[in-house]
Amino acid sequence: MPGNKTDAIDVRNAVKRYGDFTALKRISLTIKDNEFFTLLGPSGCGKTTLLRMIAGFEDVTEGEILLYGDEIESLPPHLRPVNTVFQNYALFPHMTILDNVAFGLEMRGKTKAAARKRAGEMLELVQLSQFAARKPSQLSGGQQQRVALARALAPQPKVLLLDEPLSALDLKLRKAMQLELKHLQRETGITFIFVTHDQEEALTMSDRIAVMSAGEMQQLGSPTEIYERPRNMFVADFIGETNLLEVSVDEVRNGRAVCHLGGGHALTCNSVDGIGEGAKVHMSVRPERLFMSDVPVETESLKGRVAENIFVGTDISTLVDLAEGPQFIVRTSNSDRGNKRIFEPGSEIFVNMELGAGRLLMD
Amino acid sequence: MAAGAASGGSARADTYKDARGWLLLPSWAVLGIFVLGPVCMMLIYSFLTKEFRGGVIWEFSLAAYDQFFFDRGLFGDEPPTIEWTYITIFWRSIWQAGAATLLSLVIGFPTAYFIATRPENVRPVWVFLITIPYWVNLLIRTVSMKFLLRDQGPLNDFLIGTGLIDSPIHIVNTNFAVQLGLFYSYLPFMVLPVYAAVERYNFSLSEAAADLYASKWTTLRRIVLPAVKPGVVAGCILVFVPSMGSFLAPDLLGGAKNFMIGSLIEEQFKGNAGNWPFGAAASMILLTMVLIILMFSARQQAKADKAGG
Repeated sequence: MPGNKTDAIDVRNAVKRYGDFTALKRISLTIKDNEFFTLLGPSGCGKTTLLRMIAGFEDVTEGEILLYGDEIESLPPHLRPVNTVFQNYALFPHMTILDNVAFGLEMRGKTKAAARKRAGEMLELVQLSQFAARKPSQLSGGQQQRVALARALAPQPKVLLLDEPLSALDLKLRKAMQLELKHLQRETGITFIFVTHDQEEALTMSDRIAVMSAGEMQQLGSPTEIYERPRNMFVADFIGETNLLEVSVDEVRNGRAVCHLGGGHALTCNSVDGIGEGAKVHMSVRPERLFMSDVPVETESLKGRVAENIFVGTDISTLVDLAEGPQFIVRTSNSDRGNKRIFEPGSEIFVNMELGAGRLLMD
Repeated sequence: MAAGAASGGSARADTYKDARGWLLLPSWAVLGIFVLGPVCMMLIYSFLTKEFRGGVIWEFSLAAYDQFFFDRGLFGDEPPTIEWTYITIFWRSIWQAGAATLLSLVIGFPTAYFIATRPENVRPVWVFLITIPYWVNLLIRTVSMKFLLRDQGPLNDFLIGTGLIDSPIHIVNTNFAVQLGLFYSYLPFMVLPVYAAVERYNFSLSEAAADLYASKWTTLRRIVLPAVKPGVVAGCILVFVPSMGSFLAPDLLGGAKNFMIGSLIEEQFKGNAGNWPFGAAASMILLTMVLIILMFSARQQAKADKAGG
């Protein structure tokens, strides 16, 4: 079947096996042109394997990979018009920064002078012009990172692959680079495929995210979709903080499910297809969607006792024990302190949840 | 002891420094006895007068160096002209050792690269296999080589058997035979340092090069070779230097026409026919040549590093 010329990458039924071990179990996904796409998952989930298959460093055991409609899975890496930013940067230690950036251009047939000129422009773009004559070892980690980026972008690849490029940087630099990457992606209009295990990074930067685990894709969607409507236990647990509660379903009607969670507590939450009455499933509710009060204020109010308040800078996390029931985490933003109350440990309070904040999950 | 405790750390540091000086003594002794001593002795001997039945007379003389560089006729009374015999032998030695080094590099580099890219647990096995032939004495190995290469030997039999050639190729007693012999004698000295360098090489650099549109060959030339260059240089020196002074391979495989400096020196000290001062002088000239070559290569290396950095 011919590919769609407007899709940057089309992975079709890709399987990767190493002997008996299956690293990727039949993955199919389409990455659109000009998209910032993230492969997100814990280590060993197959995200880097998939990226390396697109780059050409790993063979595809089964399936196809298309780049703007052309099959590329059998091409060697140097014939694929994609470039990679490596996790350890992989800058050539014996070359200057300028020559590092010019390398790909020269390999694509540019003269040395033309390649260097363009490399100089790329260094300007990442604000490293003054380091052009230095060797990689004379630069800091963050600077090396930007050189790696300039080097990979210089030959104007159709798709840029980034393999956890920020993982070696400290928090502050990482945050700055996240924004810089996002801006670069918009400026250049190149499709970015970004691999990370950091869910916050993924949420910040991506247009769409594929959450992966154990060689399978768990969910594909925009950051909001994935955060607010996780499809299963794994996604809900991996993305952000959440209250995961075991519940049994009493009644399902109009996409809402009435469930009880032990200790006589009952709630109404959003259901998903395939869950019927009597099912024992999990429910997820984000801590910031809960708030506390001394009298019940919403239809979904649960009686409990404050166990502990934890100050985490912008927020306060409160642990609330329900009477004979599970423990909840309630997060109150410090900027919201006017409307929402914080209670001392030991206070008898109600945990309130607006209708629709809770969500049932497939296992 | 009490005073030592009072002055604290600095006293201990001093003691440590002193002890370190004394502990270095064995290495200085080894260097003195096995490096400096023999070289000085050679230097002195090269300026002495020869005794006709071997040995020396303790009388200063420049005769040995004079004999090496100048021809003064059969009776030594003609005006001096340049003596080409020994310079030719010398030149041949450099050339032969160079060819053997190149051969070792061409065969040894892929071998080392192959071993270094095997799974980690089988690499020692490959290294071990490489060294096995070298448990046999060098003399035996060189003689065996002669048997393999001679006109009626297995190599020629094989080539004739497969129909590639009609009559045997004469390999023994040629320059090429000597090069083969030297190459075989010193191959591990090339393989091992190159292997060590390739093993340390960060292969993600090769991936990065491939990612940036470099073919395998270009990657090898532009990325791998510069990174493993120190290992290659070490290997070349380790093969070239002993090849220069070698006498077994040229004697056994080269015949009279392919005389090398090592054989010349060896002859001066063998039996009663020798000329010790002349042998010593030739050794000193060889040593000087090797030193010049090493210094030159070290300087090139430093220049290249400086130009890069």
